[in-house]
Amino acid sequence: MSLQVAIRSKAFGGVAVLRDVSFQLARGEVLAVLGPSGVGKSTLLRLIAGLDTEYDGRISREGRLAMVFQEPTLMPWRSARDNLRLTTGVSMTEAEAALDRVGLAGKGALYPGQLSLGQQRRLSIARAYAARPDILLLDEPFVSLDAALVDDMLALTQSVIREQHPATVFVTHAAHEADALATRRIQLQPVAQNT
Amino acid sequence: MTLSDAISAATRGQAGSAPRALSGWVVRALSLAALVAFWWALAWLKADPMVLPGPQVVLPRMAQEAASGALWVHLGATLWRVVQAFVWAMSLGLVLGVAMGLMPALNRWLDPWLVVFLNLPALVVIVLCFLWIGLNETAAIVAVAINKIPLVTVMTREGARALNAPLSDMARVFGMSPLSRLRHILLPQMAPHLASTARSGLSLIWKIVLVVEFLGRGQGVGFKIHLHFQMFDVTMVMVYALAFIAVMLAIETLILQPIEARARRWRDA
Repeated sequence: MSLQVAIRSKAFGGVAVLRDVSFQLARGEVLAVLGPSGVGKSTLLRLIAGLDTEYDGRISREGRLAMVFQEPTLMPWRSARDNLRLTTGVSMTEAEAALDRVGLAGKGALYPGQLSLGQQRRLSIARAYAARPDILLLDEPFVSLDAALVDDMLALTQSVIREQHPATVFVTHAAHEADALATRRIQLQPVAQNT
Repeated sequence: MTLSDAISAATRGQAGSAPRALSGWVVRALSLAALVAFWWALAWLKADPMVLPGPQVVLPRMAQEAASGALWVHLGATLWRVVQAFVWAMSLGLVLGVAMGLMPALNRWLDPWLVVFLNLPALVVIVLCFLWIGLNETAAIVAVAINKIPLVTVMTREGARALNAPLSDMARVFGMSPLSRLRHILLPQMAPHLASTARSGLSLIWKIVLVVEFLGRGQGVGFKIHLHFQMFDVTMVMVYALAFIAVMLAIETLILQPIEARARRWRDA
């Protein structure tokens, strides 16, 4: 298994956010994590990514990790091309190909501040795919893209998953996005605080 | 203002950026010329070159000192001390400031030290260094660096506290190396703080270097000012002071400003 998650509980300041969340993912599987806002979906991704280590339970990962954050999270002082190269180690040619794939051909020399929010989102998606990850974490990656572009990005994500076979955890609010990508799904529910 | 007015105003602004940059240089030159004129007017009103010599007295003496080679020897000695103290103070202050900004526990322990050293008079540090280490170059550089390190630490600590946490998370997730994180994540964010620290650092350091030279060195601008102070030679005091101010202006204009502009170019893109 590429990813094994067994979280007994995760709390912030004594307030439990996650309780008894367990799953295993093999390469090529896509798990959609659904649930209302504030239920802990992004927290779950941060635990899996190793960005938060204060929880009760166990998470084991194998292989290279990549993540699409809720915000583009780009280096504004580096060009679009360098945002790909410096984070993933790909060559100039591979970076240009990755940009081309998300519809940003010819924009490699621009700084993120010169791109629209939608283009910045696509750049952050390109970065995750260029990393050729074994585990791919997607935190509502298609927010603020228009409907046609969401369809394009979904198709691109499907083809990337087919090619690279990462174990993918996909947080989303949109059921149709989950339908398009996921092989499995879990629905997070608010944790009862009196138990 | 209508939308079309706003767009045309913005367009005019872009087109006019080059002339504005040029006029910045002109304004700078005119401002300095006005200062020289003010100095000349004061000297003319005082009418006593022994007390306040005008530019027409100071500049020829400066030319004489430069021609004899003495000016360059003393300027060079002072500049070398400034460079050494600057490098030490910036390096140690940067490491300390970033560590204190990123590690609250370390900051709690070291903050009282910082307050003590910030309030330690420069003169006390200089005298103690000369007494403990001796009247030598090491004592001079250490004294200047100790005076400046706390200020660099405070300014870089503020920069480290304002670091973008999501970017650090991204770098961790994608497994960027420590060196790569330093170069592409940390330093670009710290650049504005480092630039202002370097500027204030240089101006403070050279003033402290002069005091150090005044008290205990046999070469340098501070030494020469001490020598001519004892002879009440105001003209030579001004020759050496103005010559070094010119050197610092050149460093600011030719080195610091271009580096700052380069670090800031993504903002202007």
